[in-house]
Amino acid sequence: MRKVIYIGLVVALCWFAEDCACAAELHVPQNAVAGQPLSISTSGSGTLYLIGPGQVIKKEFKSGSVEIKGEELRNAGRWIAAVHGDGNSSQVFWVKPGKPGKLNFLARPSRVPVARPNVISGVTFVFDQYQNLILDPTPVNFKLEVGGSSSTKSVTSREGVAWINSASAPKAGAAQFVASVDDTSVARVVQQVAADPCERSFRMHVAGHSGDRTIVETDPIRDCSGNPVPDGTIVTFIQNDKTGKSTVDARIKKGTARAELPASDNATITVAAGVVLGNELHVGGRQ
Amino acid sequence: MGRLLAIIFAALTVLLIAVGTLHGTKTTHASTPDGAVQAMFDNVKGHDWHGAYAFVDPSSNVDEGGFVRDLAGRNGSLRTYSQLDSVNTRVLHESDNEATVRTEIKYATAVGASFETRDLKVVKDDGAWKVVWPAEKEVNVPPQVIPVNYLRWDIVWRGAGDDWGAQNVENPNCRILSMHAVERDGALIIMGEVVNEDTVPAFITVGAVLTDNSGKDIAEESSFDKLSHVLLPKEVSPYRIDFPGIKKADVKSVRMTHNWMLVPASADPVIAVLHQRIEKDLTGRTVLKGELLNESGQTVNIPHVLATFYDNGGQVIWVSDAYSDHALLPQTPQPFSVALRDDLAANVHTYRVTVNHYSLNSREN
Repeated sequence: MRKVIYIGLVVALCWFAEDCACAAELHVPQNAVAGQPLSISTSGSGTLYLIGPGQVIKKEFKSGSVEIKGEELRNAGRWIAAVHGDGNSSQVFWVKPGKPGKLNFLARPSRVPVARPNVISGVTFVFDQYQNLILDPTPVNFKLEVGGSSSTKSVTSREGVAWINSASAPKAGAAQFVASVDDTSVARVVQQVAADPCERSFRMHVAGHSGDRTIVETDPIRDCSGNPVPDGTIVTFIQNDKTGKSTVDARIKKGTARAELPASDNATITVAAGVVLGNELHVGGRQ
Repeated sequence: MGRLLAIIFAALTVLLIAVGTLHGTKTTHASTPDGAVQAMFDNVKGHDWHGAYAFVDPSSNVDEGGFVRDLAGRNGSLRTYSQLDSVNTRVLHESDNEATVRTEIKYATAVGASFETRDLKVVKDDGAWKVVWPAEKEVNVPPQVIPVNYLRWDIVWRGAGDDWGAQNVENPNCRILSMHAVERDGALIIMGEVVNEDTVPAFITVGAVLTDNSGKDIAEESSFDKLSHVLLPKEVSPYRIDFPGIKKADVKSVRMTHNWMLVPASADPVIAVLHQRIEKDLTGRTVLKGELLNESGQTVNIPHVLATFYDNGGQVIWVSDAYSDHALLPQTPQPFSVALRDDLAANVHTYRVTVNHYSLNSREN
């Protein structure tokens, strides 16, 4: 009886040794990168399962190494390689994100007044081509360009995120706000808009007469920094004479506003845009 | 049997012709001045334009087509979308051969009732009263080219293929400038002004929620057509929200609600408001009158006038509106009239008129 037990223990030990010998045949790389080919050494034959974040790869093999194509290995993170066949074994390995291939860029706001400090914010998330967040520090370039002038700043990402705060330029226009890493870039548009008209330069004049109407027109309307007030802004012309009050809510077009008012032999015309008043004109009997 | 049937049908035909003739005769003669006016408008209500025109005195110098266009509307105006609802007549003056009949006409339109008051001259012609219909002068804009520097805002919205970082352009910044609650005729009325402070057009809605003393919401309303819904940059619009049947004493607080949305819009047409003045109309009511002048080259089918009245402290004391039932042809003045409460007329220090416009062939569409 003792001899039978001894033989049984020897057989169990041999099976265990064989299992250990087979397990040692699975070799996984320690520096796998998402999107790059991967080679896993095995022995014997069977099925290799690679189980990763949101993805499973299954490969039949006979001997030697199993090749995984770059486009198959898409997700970075913790992976498990498991072999089922002549012997069963498994190992854990880590896949790193690839090189930067995609940026997600949040730029706020989409419209901003000119010449204001720290009003524009840009936040960039750096991903590889398979949307894996790159946690290693990566330099991100931010460029804000409007009307030929630009400002550039480089920020190194932390935990996959890089951000800046920027002042708006003194010049109005559609600013191109671009974030780039190597040859990958994303552009957003931040509209930098002029402030209210400047009272000093907000003036109108009589531009002519058309039939029984007087045409009044403003000079180019600009804010106090010299930027043209956006087209479409309402400018109200008000004429008071003995027949009553006449008003025209004109829109700025190509920098100026224009209105046709009834001709009068003695009238006062005023002009306003929002809370800003322009000059006053007297037409007719006295000028 | 066949002959009998033929005789019966022939007799029936003669009878029907006689009835029709009698009916026709009845509709072309009126024995009283206001009867003539009522009969004419009865035919208008039934869209019997020929029958209505039969009551028009030949001295009116208006042809039937012009008469029909006067009453049924032209150029896609609000009148073309309306239906005559009722007519009230009152004889102001009557002699043997001539009378003046004050006629209050009520039209039902898509935007509510529309009222018109006319003092119609009625004359006796060959024993029957006929209405002298003053022909409305039809304006024909001479062929011309009106140059317009066309300005509009188009928006590129976020697309399906954009990544999650691509944000939409932001909604415009608008602000309620003032809010004032008053009680008038058994209704709580909230009014004030709202401004688009941004550089892009906005579609706005303004509403209010009333809360009672226990903190419970008791009513919610929004301003429908006492507001310019599309505001261009720096444009100011009045708003008025009516809560019929609610007393100010029952309300503890008012919570204003609003929504500002970025919309594509056009800066045209520009409509001038000329010769504004406050005066009394035919019925003695206080009205703000003036003329609208469409300075663009595009017909405005339905103009909507909004008037804001301020006291000497600059506070909005009333907001009133009126639809004009005549289209605004390019470069052609068109009178308008907006009602003002008689009890407030003395307090009005200044006023402001803005015009909404609805065009069938708008280039915005």
